[in-house]
Amino acid sequence: MSTLRELKNRFAVVGVGNTSYGSFPDTDDYGLGAQAFRRALDDAGLDKRQIDGLLVCRVPYYARMGEVLGISPRWTITLPGHGRMSAMGIIEAMAALHAGLTNYVALIYTNVGRSRRVNYGGEENPNVWDPWGFTSPGAAHALMFRRHMALYGTTTRQLAEVSVAFRKHAAFNPDAVMKHPITIQDHEDSRPIALPLRLLDYCLINDGAVAMILTTAERAKDSKKPPVLISGVGAMESYARSSIPNFELNFWHDEVQAVASEVYGMAGVGPDDVDALMCYDNFSPTVLFALEGLGFCKQGEAGHFVEGGTLQLGGRLPTNTDGGHLSNSYMQGWALNVEAVRQVRGECGARQVPDCEVVQFIAATPCSRSIIYTRG
Amino acid sequence: MTTATYDKPLPRFDPFNRPFWQHAHEGKLAVQRCAGCGDRHFPPAPVCPQCLGDKQEWDVVSGNGTLMSWVTFHKAYWTGFAKDLPYDVCLVQLDEGPLLVSNLVGGAEGHVAVGDRVRVVFERVTDEITLPKFAPVKAAR
Repeated sequence: MSTLRELKNRFAVVGVGNTSYGSFPDTDDYGLGAQAFRRALDDAGLDKRQIDGLLVCRVPYYARMGEVLGISPRWTITLPGHGRMSAMGIIEAMAALHAGLTNYVALIYTNVGRSRRVNYGGEENPNVWDPWGFTSPGAAHALMFRRHMALYGTTTRQLAEVSVAFRKHAAFNPDAVMKHPITIQDHEDSRPIALPLRLLDYCLINDGAVAMILTTAERAKDSKKPPVLISGVGAMESYARSSIPNFELNFWHDEVQAVASEVYGMAGVGPDDVDALMCYDNFSPTVLFALEGLGFCKQGEAGHFVEGGTLQLGGRLPTNTDGGHLSNSYMQGWALNVEAVRQVRGECGARQVPDCEVVQFIAATPCSRSIIYTRG
Repeated sequence: MTTATYDKPLPRFDPFNRPFWQHAHEGKLAVQRCAGCGDRHFPPAPVCPQCLGDKQEWDVVSGNGTLMSWVTFHKAYWTGFAKDLPYDVCLVQLDEGPLLVSNLVGGAEGHVAVGDRVRVVFERVTDEITLPKFAPVKAAR
């Protein structure tokens, strides 16, 4: 039985692909998924007959996806359309590769949320708190952020730094949905949704798809582009408050700390070595919680940490260089993992972080996960 | 107010939560307590999350708690809430332990702070349903 840390640098991402993001009522999950898959396959220089593993997330029916793509895998797994699933899926794929259950895994994520007018609240997501009018993941993050403000003096102007930085990056990403620059004052003046959160604290629900292809580092040596290695992974769940979905009274701090210990320990790096961070940002406060849990700053200090453009390209910690969920699109972590791969490859053009060797993905959620990607 | 005119979401009953609403309709706040280990928890659950015991009792609690946070909704996810906008939802930790989401009566912004003491009040909304809500305990401020 091997330990997790022995899996360092044993598996690689060899192909990534994505669709544009927006409203595409003339296609469906499978059409979008096929497009992203084709691009990832081409990126990897593989033939589809080599794909013998299929992991799908938010795709309605895995078998129909396989039928549409004309593939016959020997390993399949389906994950629900929850944002926390992206790195969970990548880690599962890694484990399946390690076990020899598959040699080349295609991971396909699809979302048709915009054309189907998904809004994540009310009757769409029935909950025990409905009689009091409490609903939606955004409101859960608002509850957390209000508490963070009260405990640590964090301000909404500090929170605005997150949205402003990611919007700035989106201007350099042709795929991003929202590209016009915003200021801290724009954030302060934006429409209130569930105060203390406003429109510019919310992610962008869109149609789109993202695909990744993973294999062993050994097989990756033959791939078209230099492989990007998975150097570390970390995981910790927090289910004790799950009846308030997307909520944790202490901002998932202990769980993200545990994740940090695992992921940094396995990769043999620390926060100071991270060249770019890809941080799950369904709502802007999550970014502050993630920074604190990972140890980029102490708990309660993330508001100060992000002031003055820390998260912007050229800043101390370039974060969500594709615009993230707030300005690129809410591809539920998948597009952020793809951006991590592209940054390590040096493919990001105007938004490329110079000398980018270590990129970290983090999702502070009820299933917190982190992955560290490095150059092969 | 009668059920016919009440247009906000009503509780969905499951095999475990009916006693909570029966108590509330009688002006009592109650949470589940495990007969085995004494753990109090909410929302109602099939087994005790501590000891996994089956035997659950209902415990009428003090109704006193601490305001842990609140959020002010400016968006109506149900049409029934549109006329109430903006409305306040609070997170309360009962003195007995469990966390509850509810409504804050009397306005939040500028009136309350995280850490304030709050106390349950009851609002009858239909012939069958009474919602426990929370109001600040003024003397504590």
